[in-house]
Amino acid sequence: MYAFDYRRPSSLAEAAALLRQDPEAKLLAGGHTLIPTLKQRLARPSVLLDIGHLAELRGLREENGGLAIGAAVRHGEVAASDLVRRTIPALAALASHIGDPAVRNRGTMGGSIANADPAADWPAAVVGCGAILRTDRREIAADDFFRGLFETALEEGEILREVWFPRPERAAYAKFPNPASRYAIVGVFVAKFADRVRVAVTGAAPAVFRATEMEEALTRDFRPEAIAGIRVPEDGLNSDLHASAEYRSHLVTVMARRAVEQARAS
Amino acid sequence: MVAKGIGAAVPRKEDRRFLTGRGRYTDDIHLPGEVHAVFVRSPHAHARILRIDKGPALAVPGVLAVLTGEDVAADGLGHLVCGWLVKSKDGSPMRMGKHPLLAQGKVRYVGDRVACVVAETLAAARDGAEALVVEYEELPAVTSLAEAEKAPVAVHEEAPDNVVYDWELGDRAAVEEAFAKAHRVVAVDLVNNRLVPNAMEPRAAIGVWDPGTDGYTLYLTSQNPHVHRLVISAFVGIAPEHKLRVVAPDVGGGFGSKIFVYGEECVVLWASRKVGGRPVRWREERSEAFLADAHGRDHLTHAELALDAEGHFLALRVSTRANLGAYMSTFSSCIPTYLYATLLAGQYRTPAIYAEVKALYTNTTPVDAYRGAGRPEASFLVETLVEEAARVLGIDRAEIRRRNFIPKDAFPYQTPVALVYDTGDYATSLERALALADYAGFPARRAEAERRGRLRGIGISCYIEACGIAPSAVVGSLGAGVGLWESAEVRFTHTGKVQVLTGTHTHGQGHETTFSQLVAEALGVPFEDVEVIHGDTAGTPVGMGTYGSRSLAVGGEAILRACRKLIDKGRKIAAHLLEASEADIEFVDGAFRVKGTDRQKTIQEVAFTALVPHRYPPDLEPGFEASAYFDPPNFTFPAGTYVCEVEVDPDTGRVSIEKFVAVDDFGRVINPLVVEGQVHGGLVQGIGQALLEQAVYDPSGQLLTGSFMDYAMPRADDVPAFVVEFAPGTAAAANSMGVKGCGEAGAIGAPAAVINALTDAIGVRVEMPATPEKVWRALHGRRLAQAAE
Repeated sequence: MYAFDYRRPSSLAEAAALLRQDPEAKLLAGGHTLIPTLKQRLARPSVLLDIGHLAELRGLREENGGLAIGAAVRHGEVAASDLVRRTIPALAALASHIGDPAVRNRGTMGGSIANADPAADWPAAVVGCGAILRTDRREIAADDFFRGLFETALEEGEILREVWFPRPERAAYAKFPNPASRYAIVGVFVAKFADRVRVAVTGAAPAVFRATEMEEALTRDFRPEAIAGIRVPEDGLNSDLHASAEYRSHLVTVMARRAVEQARAS
Repeated sequence: MVAKGIGAAVPRKEDRRFLTGRGRYTDDIHLPGEVHAVFVRSPHAHARILRIDKGPALAVPGVLAVLTGEDVAADGLGHLVCGWLVKSKDGSPMRMGKHPLLAQGKVRYVGDRVACVVAETLAAARDGAEALVVEYEELPAVTSLAEAEKAPVAVHEEAPDNVVYDWELGDRAAVEEAFAKAHRVVAVDLVNNRLVPNAMEPRAAIGVWDPGTDGYTLYLTSQNPHVHRLVISAFVGIAPEHKLRVVAPDVGGGFGSKIFVYGEECVVLWASRKVGGRPVRWREERSEAFLADAHGRDHLTHAELALDAEGHFLALRVSTRANLGAYMSTFSSCIPTYLYATLLAGQYRTPAIYAEVKALYTNTTPVDAYRGAGRPEASFLVETLVEEAARVLGIDRAEIRRRNFIPKDAFPYQTPVALVYDTGDYATSLERALALADYAGFPARRAEAERRGRLRGIGISCYIEACGIAPSAVVGSLGAGVGLWESAEVRFTHTGKVQVLTGTHTHGQGHETTFSQLVAEALGVPFEDVEVIHGDTAGTPVGMGTYGSRSLAVGGEAILRACRKLIDKGRKIAAHLLEASEADIEFVDGAFRVKGTDRQKTIQEVAFTALVPHRYPPDLEPGFEASAYFDPPNFTFPAGTYVCEVEVDPDTGRVSIEKFVAVDDFGRVINPLVVEGQVHGGLVQGIGQALLEQAVYDPSGQLLTGSFMDYAMPRADDVPAFVVEFAPGTAAAANSMGVKGCGEAGAIGAPAAVINALTDAIGVRVEMPATPEKVWRALHGRRLAQAAE
């Protein structure tokens, strides 16, 4: 680790001001990506602004029939929340399989979303539900948020505040984990709304994406059989020592089918 | 009979400190004035070092010294050595390249040590390491074992074709003859995947030079502190042996990786002198451990089994290439030879066996012993081949084994590959394992799985291993540079408590408990009154350390012999006190008694008399302690049967282990709780090898699996609840306890059981680790082939 300063702003406004003042400052919430990066000397921030405790980021409430979850709410809190389990149980289930208990007790939903790791679970839920991402400046639609590998629509100094998830009729997340890291090799979030179905895929490509052909098929017929023959093209999918693009493409269909099965059973 | 004696499932006494965070590991030790070391490592797999500029590193505030290979040479220090000489078929000695403490002129793998920066703080040492300027000229690298011999790259000039040795064992002519007459020949090509040991505690060391005495102390993570002392003094030459104290305190796992003498620990010791005697401490990062701790396995093998029409094995022919990495580590030469090919008979009376092993250099991390060391490779080969033969000949897989087992009444049994098995009863273990696994009921379970869309398979593995590595004369004749006996000292204190000093070292095996039980039983003293002391060359007798499941079979026997010497002495003292003839004194339940009377003296009373000899035999020395050495006449041969049942998800290729039965013949079991724990750990590592673990290099020599993000360690949910049972057991002949050793069995026997089950499930064999994609591809390919038919 290189030396850095540590600040603990007492409001979102103060954090935003400090972030504006210093382009080398970094936000710290759960620290589960940032701290290992610092330990390996792969980042050299001037100051860490610890925002994990801010009340403005810690809310979890029902809103407009959906759920508003603060950016600094921890994975474990989502997994254990009666409110989440009652309204969108697929989110609680997704959160309950992130990392291990130590990770879930520190890592935050917002940190994971803002980091946009291609194998993270949360982006699948955000895009799958068609959530709204609320920052200290504006609202961003899920479909506009994830731009590429570790790349989001967040501007310099913009802070993710909370995420509003609409409540689907049925939803489920099926994940095929990397045997080493337990991140998603492929994770598929399927959400059925009254008028349409959304299917979001994480892990398979540099960024989360929607499987639109599957969405159309499932909107017509919400059964696993409806998508059994649909394959996302291999082109542009990730290929590494754990899974080739061809295998990932195959797994997207398998996981999507399983998510539909689970959603139907829910 | 004492409570907590032999056979009692006593919870481990060491667990109190380990489970409450009170263990004292090397990195927990802090000494006044200590400074920190960080190593600069090669980013290239193969390169010439053109220039090192120490200036920018030395300019970093707090940096005290920058040490390089030139400094090592200038101080006249020697190289690291490989302590086992293996000769090629033509009688020529192995071709060993120099293994310097810090690179001299060239680097040969990613992670090779280039320089050591010593500074007041760890942060300053890191800053210094980052500031050091090293200019390299990159050279072509060879990282693939398959290509090592043909590559236009020599890792060392001593071995231009990268062949370290081309070794053979067995009767080639007899094997050829048997093959010519065979009814059927079954062949397999096998990969034994390269593994990273990943002990929970990374390596660490603190080196101290005392300018007052000119003595040195090295605290380090070692499985064998006396071996470290020997090599560092005799070959590296940092200090004469009597001026070097090596301390291995609590050590958090080794699995072989902490046997070896590495450069870092030596440099840290030497560096203390370079900074005027301030203690120099170092602890590797986890990512350094991936690069710098010796890896395990890494074989490519072609093997053929000749059979007659009834499925009897006629001959076995094996050709193996073994990767030794970029340098020869401390015992690397003997692993793919004397600890591998000598086990190729397995549990069977195959009359003729021939094996040839080519060991090769590559630009990768050195490879040496890892839990099982050679024996897992042999067992995997034999047991894969046996099941393949059963399938080809259409014989039940249990039945083909029954037909070929060395029968119970054939012991001692001379194998065609040098070893003499002392005792064994393989059929009993097999039948018991089959019963526990409900082998007969398997077809119904398979059918039920099929209805759920799952493919179910069952696999058997009948492993054998040679443990209790010793017979010094035998290993010496095979090229070992050391004797492999053990020693022990047993002392009574005035108050009747017992100190047991052993040359072995415990780092997860539970010696403190097991040895205490042994002594409690032998001397009739309470278990709680025994303290086991190990791990400090200044305080324990010389020993060769802990590896190869040898500590109880060799070290335990030395302890027992020391106890017997004490009893002999005690009898004399008791006879004097009881005014009886020595011949009339018997030792029963911790007391010396005049036979047929109730007149007795407890061993504590006798010990007190020996230490306060007011009324004492005039011709006897005072004191109540004894030491003993033990060099066994033979290895021990633990053996058993493992049965694994798996289910495969055909959509994803994911393999789940549904049931795992282990029946082991470990001879006599001192503490079943400890032994079961050892089996569990070994099984998990064996399952890890079969399904999860693999060190992967890219063609340029970068380790792609350099962290737990990519190197898949088994986790609790990757394994089932094990069914572990100990066979009635045949007592080992090589020690008076009849014990065999249990530390490695699981890792040796499990891989074949898992892979055989998987092959049974999907109808085709997948190389280890059988990752989901490999399994899916195997199934996918098979389905396409079937569709085409």
